Amino acid sequence: MAHEFDARESQNPAVRGERSPFSCSLDRRSFLQGAVASGVALGACEFAQFLVPIPAWAGPQKQDDSQFTVEAKFYQKLPDNKKIKCKLCPRECTVGDRERGYCGVRENRGGTYYTLVHSRVCAAHIDPIEKKPLFHYLPGTLAFSLATAGCNVNCKFCQNWDISQVRPEQVPADYAPPKLVAELAKQRNCPTIAYTYSEPVVFSEYIMDAADAGHEAGVRSVVVSNGYMQEEALKTAYGKMDAVKIDLKAFTESYYKDVVVGELKPVLDSLVTLRKMNKWTEIVYLVVPTLNNSDDEFRGLARWIKTDLGVDVPIHFTQFHPEYLLKNLPITSVPTLERAKAIADAEGLHYVYIGNVPGHPAQNTYCPKCRRMLVERVGFTASQILIRKGSCSFCGQPIPGIWHA
Amino acid sequence: MSAMRSASRRDFLKKCLTGAAVLGASGPVELLAAAEQESVFVKSRVVIARDAMLRGTGAAVESHRMLSLLDRAMQALFDRDNPIEPWKKLVRPGETVGLKVNALGGRGLSTNLQLVEAICDRLQDAGIKAGDIVVWDRDSDEMEHVGFHVATGGNRVQCFGTDRVDYEQELVTHGSVGSRLSKILTQRCDVLINVPVLKDHDGAGVTMALKSMYGVIHNPNKYHPNGCNPYIADLNMLPEIRTRMRLTICDATTACFEGGPGFKPEYSWKNNALMVSQDPVALDYTGWQIIERKRAEKGLNSLEGDKRAPHYIATAADAQHRLGTNDPRRIAVVEV
Repeated sequence: MAHEFDARESQNPAVRGERSPFSCSLDRRSFLQGAVASGVALGACEFAQFLVPIPAWAGPQKQDDSQFTVEAKFYQKLPDNKKIKCKLCPRECTVGDRERGYCGVRENRGGTYYTLVHSRVCAAHIDPIEKKPLFHYLPGTLAFSLATAGCNVNCKFCQNWDISQVRPEQVPADYAPPKLVAELAKQRNCPTIAYTYSEPVVFSEYIMDAADAGHEAGVRSVVVSNGYMQEEALKTAYGKMDAVKIDLKAFTESYYKDVVVGELKPVLDSLVTLRKMNKWTEIVYLVVPTLNNSDDEFRGLARWIKTDLGVDVPIHFTQFHPEYLLKNLPITSVPTLERAKAIADAEGLHYVYIGNVPGHPAQNTYCPKCRRMLVERVGFTASQILIRKGSCSFCGQPIPGIWHA
Repeated sequence: MSAMRSASRRDFLKKCLTGAAVLGASGPVELLAAAEQESVFVKSRVVIARDAMLRGTGAAVESHRMLSLLDRAMQALFDRDNPIEPWKKLVRPGETVGLKVNALGGRGLSTNLQLVEAICDRLQDAGIKAGDIVVWDRDSDEMEHVGFHVATGGNRVQCFGTDRVDYEQELVTHGSVGSRLSKILTQRCDVLINVPVLKDHDGAGVTMALKSMYGVIHNPNKYHPNGCNPYIADLNMLPEIRTRMRLTICDATTACFEGGPGFKPEYSWKNNALMVSQDPVALDYTGWQIIERKRAEKGLNSLEGDKRAPHYIATAADAQHRLGTNDPRRIAVVEV
């Protein structure tokens, strides 16, 4: 699943003792309480304003499976026994009649493959874009962020496993068709819709439709994803995105096999493809103590980024918190994160950040030429932005990214 | 795993040692012969009961013949003359009993309703209150689709899916598996009786006793890679399952040799049989052989030839799991 910036905030409203954010029955006091509680849990009450769930629109929407069920786009019908082969992710599940793929949100019904999560939103919040994290994309703006159930991997450290590792019928959800999402984002002054929290690969059909609706309404789209996707699906679905954040979980196949239940190579391929598509891309690397924190791995990763993607692709080394099936490991120490950054800096990458450590100076953006600070961040807030027309306001060095709406 | 088997292992070793002493420290051949003779007592029993006239002259299973078939199977498994006695050995009044059925295959290939009725009758004959019996699977709609009537509350047999009560919030883990368990299992069942269907499975090879436990967890989709191996074995190791599981009654009235787990008439046959055992591994191994024979008869590849042999059965029997035996020399198949 996608790994967002704060490891302590569950995105599942049910777990947080709230109704679904799209529900009408949640009164204002209830969701303000929820927001304050979340803020306290974060140890940063000033963030609470961002964590208020989205107010409901008129009329409760009853869950009805048929309204979320749409024929999937990326699959192939097989000649025998009504089986299909999913072509969405590299796993290529062969799915028999009445069975679901590994993701749990796509089902074979009589030889036709369906997504069960189109417009089936189980988590939605208005977040700062820095929380994704996207640091070189419209800093200081808000993203209308949403998720459906499901994921095509099973990371042992998943912080949102209660929505990513469940079937859609196991989590409260509301009907949020694409046009409604676009309208609501606009009403709430969010220039961007973010598909995040669980794994957007598995709700590709929905993000494509929502991105189209958003663009018609003047709202952009970004995706926070593991990048474990087949090339054609990636080009088709993420081609509609304005920016992409990829969680690169490690730089070894063994980690992907044992901890992620996936593969490294297709994710690297996806990153290269996104660069070829000129899609603005940032990378997050969650540093897990003892499992993916060796100097060699950091160095290998940095060299690969430099060679295959370019030195201007931002990378965020983020702090791990014990969650889900990896509760036996400690939080990543700040010196470990600083070591990762130092190695990547030494290899020549221009934008190396440290994440999940509020107040750390490596959350700011610095000009690679004159070294002056260009974007100052306090938590998830961009408190100062000194980039003018895409360049350093001190020395004029172009700073890659999408800086203006 | 069969209580008989686990209890007798120590006895078996004792007897071997005693035998060796009596033989005056005999050589390995004599010891082996003695062990083989004793191994009669450690065999897992799998009873296959058949009734060619189970459906009378029609297509549907007749209730009275099903009850009679179940009685024959249970009496043979527990070596009892009276049809109620086996159930009294299995359950005690005051216990809550869950019948985990399998409704995934849809109409035509889900747990037979007459079989479930017969089991409920015999449980009540053995002193279990109707309200203490719950017939369940993962989803109420799927159950209703195949003919079960959802019933909750009152002094009647309860019948509903996990969707009505949800899964536990806490994860339980063993080996490769980390899952949330159905609250029906954890909160409504002292005793679990597994009532799966004899079926081919496109991923696992076959599905009967062990695989049917996928219906107990919230995330079965995560455990289908690699022919469900070692996931099925690991799942069945969970104490919440293992300590409750007392019996498997496999519905082999209509079975499927290809194209499972969904119902495909062209790949199903009227087998008119039940398979019962307290050793789920032995039952699965035996059922696998039945499916292989039917596949050969129909001119199909073996499951190994199709690269989907059910290796999870061997894993369930290995030293790390010991959920039962897959050694045919240690399985007594009794046909009645």
